[in-house]
Amino acid sequence: MNSHKAYKFRRILSVILTTTFTIVLLALFLSPFAFMVFTSLKTQAQRTILGGPIWPAVPVSIQYNGKSADVYKVPVKTCEGFSPNDKSVQGFALVKKGTKQSEFVDPKNLSKGQFTCVLSWRATPRSFSPAWSNFVTVWKGIDYPRLLWNTTFYAFSTWLGTLISCTLVAYGFARFRFPGRDILFMVLISTIFLPAAVTVIPLYTFFVKINLVGTWLPLILPHFFANAYNVFLLRQYFMTLPRELDEAATVDGAGPLRVLWSVILPQSKPVLLAITVFHIVFAWNDFFGPLIYLKPNTQLYPISVALQYFVGLYSQQPELVQAGALMALALPMILFVFTQRYFIQGIVITGVEK
Amino acid sequence: MLEQLSHLPKLPSIGSFRKMSRMARREMWTGLAFLSPWLIGFMVFTLIPLVSTFVFSFANLKITDGVTSRFKFVGLDNYVQYFKDPQIWSSSAGIPGSWLVTLRFGLIALPVGILVPLALALLLNNKDLKGKVLARTLFYMPTIVPLVAGVFIWNGILNSETGWINRALISLGLPKTMTPGWTNSTTWVYPSYVLIGLWGVGGPMLITLAGLQGVPTELYDAAKVDGANSWHAFWNVTFPMISPVIFYNLILSLIGLFQYYLIPFVLNNGNGAPGGTTMFYNVYLVRTFLTFMNMSYGATMAIGLFVAILVATIILFVTAKYWVYYAGESR
Repeated sequence: MNSHKAYKFRRILSVILTTTFTIVLLALFLSPFAFMVFTSLKTQAQRTILGGPIWPAVPVSIQYNGKSADVYKVPVKTCEGFSPNDKSVQGFALVKKGTKQSEFVDPKNLSKGQFTCVLSWRATPRSFSPAWSNFVTVWKGIDYPRLLWNTTFYAFSTWLGTLISCTLVAYGFARFRFPGRDILFMVLISTIFLPAAVTVIPLYTFFVKINLVGTWLPLILPHFFANAYNVFLLRQYFMTLPRELDEAATVDGAGPLRVLWSVILPQSKPVLLAITVFHIVFAWNDFFGPLIYLKPNTQLYPISVALQYFVGLYSQQPELVQAGALMALALPMILFVFTQRYFIQGIVITGVEK
Repeated sequence: MLEQLSHLPKLPSIGSFRKMSRMARREMWTGLAFLSPWLIGFMVFTLIPLVSTFVFSFANLKITDGVTSRFKFVGLDNYVQYFKDPQIWSSSAGIPGSWLVTLRFGLIALPVGILVPLALALLLNNKDLKGKVLARTLFYMPTIVPLVAGVFIWNGILNSETGWINRALISLGLPKTMTPGWTNSTTWVYPSYVLIGLWGVGGPMLITLAGLQGVPTELYDAAKVDGANSWHAFWNVTFPMISPVIFYNLILSLIGLFQYYLIPFVLNNGNGAPGGTTMFYNVYLVRTFLTFMNMSYGATMAIGLFVAILVATIILFVTAKYWVYYAGESR
């Protein structure tokens, strides 16, 4: 009995330690997100204060007699005209600084005029609020609506191409037997390991020669000719589907395309969805392709390349850089929150199933 | 995926095609028709460009203001230049060559790229951890962040004045003069890049985790009966059983290392700062053809990259015989 209790106690202790350790690790691992959010809500003045607070804040200030006055959090009992028993703290704007006593006005009641509070302004905390205006600046500065449109167009057109071509090719590999098929499949898989650098130079030269650099075509066209990852994912899935249904449809006179469309695809919604979410993330992330093929035509830039370009111009204003980063990752992040199950399944299939 | 590569099927003989029935032949043509998008794509976007890269490397092709120069064969000139290039092989002037840069970075990045996903997967597979699914999702989440955005976020947090890491170090009592310069310091630039790369840990972590979950529990029970402690159980049960997954991660990390270019390119346009320490091989390659528009020399470098990756992969596959264990395969 006693040893059972000791075991149980050790187990509970281990659960607490392991879980706490994981939480701390996750907090560190994800802290850059907090940094991004906090920094993106600072003004330039707020950010440049050395050792200033890390939270997303700018001092609140008001206009008084044509000058700007910062708002401080003042305990009202120190001020003239208030009850010494009043324990509340109110936001008063500082108009005259002093080490022993300072003069304030009440922003909610300016007609009351200046009054003295017995406190050092240095020791009084300021009232802070986030600077949402950074997002407006970035929105206009990088022309966010256009970037969204460009990226969406790129994502959608290449998604269409990859879905059509990869489905056809995966179906060919999964359902037809012929000599050389397995070798072709292995050639397909080995293209995953082929570095892009060994093919990109002639392709780029070719597209320069036929004057298509600066258009979407060199970026979109290859997606209509299938890629190894998606074909692999689809083929693995198709092979798990029972052949009996195919055969029944064939007996009823359905051709191969009909079987694919009416029998295979309706059963394949999870894998098609997995490919779709992976593809959207790919398109949002893709940097190299757009960088080399769209270069002279900045009007067509999708969000990733545009963000780097923007940061090149505003590198001295980290609050704008972080606001831009947040705007670039917002959409894929929302997508991930709603579809994370498909991401995790998809990764595991490509990595582990053989 | 890799296991499939290691069992090459026998090539079909021509005779077998002759012997095929009409039905079998029809099935073949239908199958090939379905493969045709990839077959055409493979020819146009992989095979022909691959051969062209090889041809380019024996020529003198440049692009000036969008106009390609006349194609002229120069024999082995590019290769002679390649083997003499101080930017590739280090010079006496003290600027590290691109191969040395890649190797130095790899000595930190490769172990981290294997061990961190393994450690996280072991943690997430621990029976004493509560909220496994949520933790797994949160560790994977940064993988979704577009790389360019992720690089700038990390560059902010690593900033030597305003970044949180140095501010935390100072508040822990480290004198300001001793805080690292991170991406601007020749000493700290590689650890910085490794840190930035940690946000990509999700994929390998999930694959390793799935491998761990696939280890039959009977094996652990058997090991326990034999008196093994958890350390022995890890080395004699867990590690052999997940070694194919670790091998897969290792191959992908190695190929990723040879092609490493995005982070330095996003941060400093591939200019090698600080002090040439980030002039990775692939950064130099991309600069050669994209900035200087020297197609032939870029192609020569690409062939060099191809050979290096091929040699490294072959070496890995040879060593795999000694440490990668495929369950169900007789040896």
